[in-house]
Amino acid sequence: MSTKQFFRTIFDVPHEEYFSPGHGLCAGCTAGTIAKLLLKVAGPNTIVVNATGCVEVSTTTYPYSSWNVPWIHVAFENAAATASGIESAIIAQKKKGMIDPAKKINVIALAGDGGTYDIGLQALSGMLERGHHVMYVLYDNEAYMNTGIQRSGSTPEFAWTTTTPVGSVWKGKRQTKKPIAEIVSAHGTPYVATTNPNNFTDMMNKFKKGLETEGPSFVHVLQPCTTGWKFDPRYGIALARLATETAMWINWEMDHGEFRVTVTVPRRKHVRNYLKMQGRFSHLTDQEIDEIQKYVNDKVDSINRMTGRTVIGPLVE
Amino acid sequence: MSELAGWKSIPLGAVITEPGNSRERFTGDWRTFKPVINQDKCTRCLRCWVFCPEPAISIVDKQHTSPSGRVWKNTLEINYDYCKGCGICVEECEPKAIDFIEEVK
Amino acid sequence: METVERSLWKRLPLSSNYAIAYAAKDSDVDEIAAYPITPQTTVVEKLSEFIANGELNAEMVHVESEHSAMSASIGASAAGARAFTATSSQGLELMHELLHIASGMRLPIVMSVAARALSAPLSIWGDYSDVMNTRDTSWITLIASSAQEAYDSIVQAYRIAESVLLPVMVAYDGFMMSHTYEPVFVSERSGLFSKYIPRKEREFVLDVDRPLTMGAVANPDWYYEVKYQQVQAMEKAYEAASEADLTFKGSFGRGYGLIEEYSVDDADVTLLTYGGVFGTVKQAVDEMRESGISVGAARLRLFRPLPYKELKSLAEKSKAIVVLDRSFSNGVQISGPLAIELSSMLNSYKMSVPLYSYIIGIGQRTVTEADISKIVSDATSRRSTGKSIYWGVRE
Repeated sequence: MSTKQFFRTIFDVPHEEYFSPGHGLCAGCTAGTIAKLLLKVAGPNTIVVNATGCVEVSTTTYPYSSWNVPWIHVAFENAAATASGIESAIIAQKKKGMIDPAKKINVIALAGDGGTYDIGLQALSGMLERGHHVMYVLYDNEAYMNTGIQRSGSTPEFAWTTTTPVGSVWKGKRQTKKPIAEIVSAHGTPYVATTNPNNFTDMMNKFKKGLETEGPSFVHVLQPCTTGWKFDPRYGIALARLATETAMWINWEMDHGEFRVTVTVPRRKHVRNYLKMQGRFSHLTDQEIDEIQKYVNDKVDSINRMTGRTVIGPLVE
Repeated sequence: MSELAGWKSIPLGAVITEPGNSRERFTGDWRTFKPVINQDKCTRCLRCWVFCPEPAISIVDKQHTSPSGRVWKNTLEINYDYCKGCGICVEECEPKAIDFIEEVK
Repeated sequence: METVERSLWKRLPLSSNYAIAYAAKDSDVDEIAAYPITPQTTVVEKLSEFIANGELNAEMVHVESEHSAMSASIGASAAGARAFTATSSQGLELMHELLHIASGMRLPIVMSVAARALSAPLSIWGDYSDVMNTRDTSWITLIASSAQEAYDSIVQAYRIAESVLLPVMVAYDGFMMSHTYEPVFVSERSGLFSKYIPRKEREFVLDVDRPLTMGAVANPDWYYEVKYQQVQAMEKAYEAASEADLTFKGSFGRGYGLIEEYSVDDADVTLLTYGGVFGTVKQAVDEMRESGISVGAARLRLFRPLPYKELKSLAEKSKAIVVLDRSFSNGVQISGPLAIELSSMLNSYKMSVPLYSYIIGIGQRTVTEADISKIVSDATSRRSTGKSIYWGVRE
């Protein structure tokens, strides 16, 4: 697949809206931004399968819906399985002439880290293994936010959550973040990418590539959460930016076997710039911050080695 | 859709048949701070429009001439029926053309 | 058997599992998503064979669990396809939350269940504990007692499901029926059922030309009304099930009714049960009649919705009813599900027919004609009717 960029500047972003306001997402919820831009890329010939979670509950509180495309919610752990059924139904109906075989219909599974990393992993793995033509978009706010900020397999190490609180015995989450995009990639999935809403052209290009992929695709989007990460709502996009600038979040793609870092960072910032802005990390000691910095340094070295060039530059204080 | 309709009239299985009808639900009363775009300072970079999570900002076909004489073909307008006052637009505006005014004491 | 037009059918020796596979094929299903579990496996194996040979034009989703099987079925049905799945026991339990969701979302999915005992302990053998555990899920439930009936009931199930928009389950004995061969008439002609189960445009499907939202969250102001619609649909299902069977009989010569009666008219004791054990029960009735015992038997075919009219008229002509259940709800004196429901029905109609509840065939514990005779004499000599008897359990 080519590295052609469908969206190069902000002026390439389509104006038509398929996501309506009036939903109940928190003020400043970057998932709203992600859903909105996702639909601009996908367009009206799209069926969205949404797992239980913040986006689903907030955008479809009966009798109101924010979705201007066909949309279905079934349960928490099965967005990928439901999407598999829909994709198969479309194929079957096309074969029987009940749907025009030339009609392109996008099937998107949209789920949070809650419905993907843990309870949703089986259905996702099955969908990938069977090779359905479905794009799975994971909006990752790093905890079970909809039920009130409990830890998930996606929660980063040391983060405060209600089930990994900070006290004399526990200091936040004890395990590191599960490498979900790498796990998906290990399935041999033809298109796997990580992105964030600050780099919106990067994100929209990846949505586009995912939809154009013959077979399954997976786009992992960092979704800063004002309520769960504990920061003033105005900084949602700024935090996504800092995540990339500190290399705590790297935007890459594995495109039919070719690995690319799509947002390079020539001069990297210290992780404390990212961590200090979030209440869920306010308890971190200098030693813990150093530990995190070291972890990021190792990750950066490894990625630079893998790509054969310095895609993520040196730390500049 | 009427308030509190009965089982005989609502679509089967809680299906919502009007796409995007959340527009009927105004979330503007969530705000405590109100973003106000200074149309003279605004460079129409469209960042506020791209990032708004509702979305509550539209690009309208309205000409504006800035004090420097620059003629803009369009204008960014905030829909205060939906704006929750999150401040992302204020933060992301590069020319700092959006004021954030406290609305409720 | 009623007269059957030979040219429409071919007669094959089939297990109930294979008969069901033929029925799904002859019902022109579009999508099948199923996960293997004993004793359902050969249903899906046969369907895979049909697709592999080009005999069935359907998409098979080789899902990675039963939870995903029902999820994919829901997705496919919501997208307008005719969906089919099959399972048993642990698989039925694993998809339990989705049974409620499928019926709540008003999707006309058809599922066959080879009734099998529930773990623990682990048992692959037949009983109805899995099926009975789905009583509250708002699935229309038919229980077959022969391979032919299983075949016919699957076809009828699509007519019922697509008419009332509730999913339909066709249950039958795991092993005793799923793996036992019987002569079955299956369709010889393709499209034989196309007028009986025509393709209709459904009002609510996922269609990019008519976007809608399915599966919203309903707060206390709305949930109740949506559920009440299901209650209404289940009431309509009684009519729909009757009609489907009568129309099938008219068009194809075979019908079963909602309750099958055998020699009940002057009986002193009426046995009431469901599923394949009815064959043994009828045999026992013949033997008892021969030795002068006035006994009759009935088989409940439609379990959900419970056919009150037919059960009431059965009760009206019965002097005593002995209910044989192949499942039990632990913690209540009368624990057999059908006994519980009949008991409640008799009470609501203020009928005082003595009711005896026996639990039989648990984990496929063998039931013989001799057992049935002994049960009848046990019931007639018993004074109290207040507790279920767990027949044949070793001390």
